[in-house]
Amino acid sequence: MSSTTAPSSIGTGQTARFDPSIAHLTHVPRRHYGRWIASALILAAFALVVKAFAEGQIDWPVVGQFFTAQSIISGLGNTIIMTICAMALGITLGVLFAIMVMSPNPVLKGIAVFYIWFFRGTPLLLQLLLWFNLALVFPRIGIPGLFEARMVDVMTPFVATLLGLGINQGAYTAEVVRSGILSVDAGQTEAAKAIGMTRLTTLRRIVLPQAMRVIIPPVGNEVISMVKLTSIASVIGFAEVLRNAQTVYYANARVIELLIVSAGWYLIIVTILSIGQHFLERYFARGSGRRSRPAAPSVVES
Amino acid sequence: MMPIVVATDVRKTFGSVQALNGVSIEIPAGQVLCIVGPSGSGKSTLLRCINQLERIDSGAIWVDGELVGYRRVGNKLYELTDSEIARQRLTNGMVFQRFNLFQHMTALENIIEGPVTVQKRRRNEVIDEAMVLLERVGLSAKRDAYPSELSGGQQQRVAIARALAMKPKLMLFDEPTSALDPELVGEVLAVMKDLARSGMTMIVVTHELGFAREVANEVVFMDRGAIVERGSPQEVLVHPQQQRTRDFIAAVLA
Ligand SMILES: Nc1ncnc2c1ncn2[C@@H]1O[C@H](COP(=O)(O)OP(=O)(O)O)[C@@H](O)[C@H]1O
Ligand SMILES: [Mg+2]
Repeated sequence: MSSTTAPSSIGTGQTARFDPSIAHLTHVPRRHYGRWIASALILAAFALVVKAFAEGQIDWPVVGQFFTAQSIISGLGNTIIMTICAMALGITLGVLFAIMVMSPNPVLKGIAVFYIWFFRGTPLLLQLLLWFNLALVFPRIGIPGLFEARMVDVMTPFVATLLGLGINQGAYTAEVVRSGILSVDAGQTEAAKAIGMTRLTTLRRIVLPQAMRVIIPPVGNEVISMVKLTSIASVIGFAEVLRNAQTVYYANARVIELLIVSAGWYLIIVTILSIGQHFLERYFARGSGRRSRPAAPSVVES
Repeated sequence: MMPIVVATDVRKTFGSVQALNGVSIEIPAGQVLCIVGPSGSGKSTLLRCINQLERIDSGAIWVDGELVGYRRVGNKLYELTDSEIARQRLTNGMVFQRFNLFQHMTALENIIEGPVTVQKRRRNEVIDEAMVLLERVGLSAKRDAYPSELSGGQQQRVAIARALAMKPKLMLFDEPTSALDPELVGEVLAVMKDLARSGMTMIVVTHELGFAREVANEVVFMDRGAIVERGSPQEVLVHPQQQRTRDFIAAVLA
């Protein structure tokens, strides 16, 4: 309507400040010149790096040729199997020791505290070497009367790597699981008790599923580091992908080409895992209010 | 009539705080007992001791004829195990001030969790019963909603249905409407009145004096861990004998 109805309480002669016609003007977004310049510089640097690699002393057809070589694929299989087994062992131990650390029983608590202290406090490489050389301490292993075996037969590179990586992982995962459990409101536990759940059922049905929201992101990161950590087992002769790549380049001297092959495979696995992590996180976020759900499908009302 | 809860000389301290200072009480089956009193007077602690969320220091509580938390052998009382305590809790349903619905489960899943996981009953049959309960608290349409998608009043009604799904003999309410916006209090009280009419034995800690006057068979006024006054709603809320009770009622109505 008429602009003379502009607020009068401010004082006379100031109606221009509230000029209603401004509502019709076009909005111009802020210009981000800095971003454009930075992007251009980075793209130029990237192009130089790509050019250097393309023209460098790298025999790309050899990379292609070995990418699916039998020994690389079998090493890849071992890397994947070890990641799965070591992570499964690590998560199992992590949950177990997290529960023990929080237990009112001082013996269980003490054992768990010692475990976490020892395995977080020594280098992983040292632990691998310890497991692999356990035969020096215990030449024979077994339960008297039931079975017995020579330690060197039991402690194969696979078993030593599994124990080394899995048990070490458990010590870290225990702390992650513990903080996840602590993140769940105490009222949830009380409500679970009030409907007659025991301590363990409460943990399994109510607390752990909600703790998952906090646990999954760091454990996802740990799975991804585990994929790459398996490569240190090459020092005790476990035939994972990097070890097999090395075996090949000792023979044909194509060092960089085979390292690129391994790097490519690690990147592929990690990419797939990251996608999987995204979906897992979405699943465990259910009910947390951060996910917008479609309206519930209409239910037959009585 | 056999009392469903008997407490004698119950004492409980937290560090240096005397939360319960020799409380004795009896509740006949089918009655509604309202507990009123100032904040910190031990009302929640009494409910939590009855449901064994706290362990009492001395005295004794019986629920439905069973000594709570201990087994008597000769002249000694032996503490029960975790699973025996869990079984004893099945007699009681409990409703909390802050609802405490399981956040990762829908309304329906919250209600069937106890019957299916604890009582090991058949899922289909339990779902049918749960739908009847949801209908009763007026939330059939919300069966698939997560707690974060419900208002406080709706969450508390689901929490009541969850407790009822276990078919308890006794319902404990700890300030069930104190965390609600004023306009949502009525819908929860309506469900509780309906429950009282159906003959459920209830112990209700509340500041809703109108509800207590209308529904309670007996009202208890607690202060500093002890029962100061008890009697009919008329006696305690309208014609209180003790000065502390009068001060409290004046403060609530102010
Ligand atoms: N877990 C606890 N730890 C320490 N003190 C507590 C605990 N629970 C209750 N108390 C104390 O016990 C007293 C009674 O508390 P409560 O039973 O919650 O009172 P009300 O429910 O009547 O407000 C209060 O002084 C409170 O601070
Ligand atoms: Mg309270």
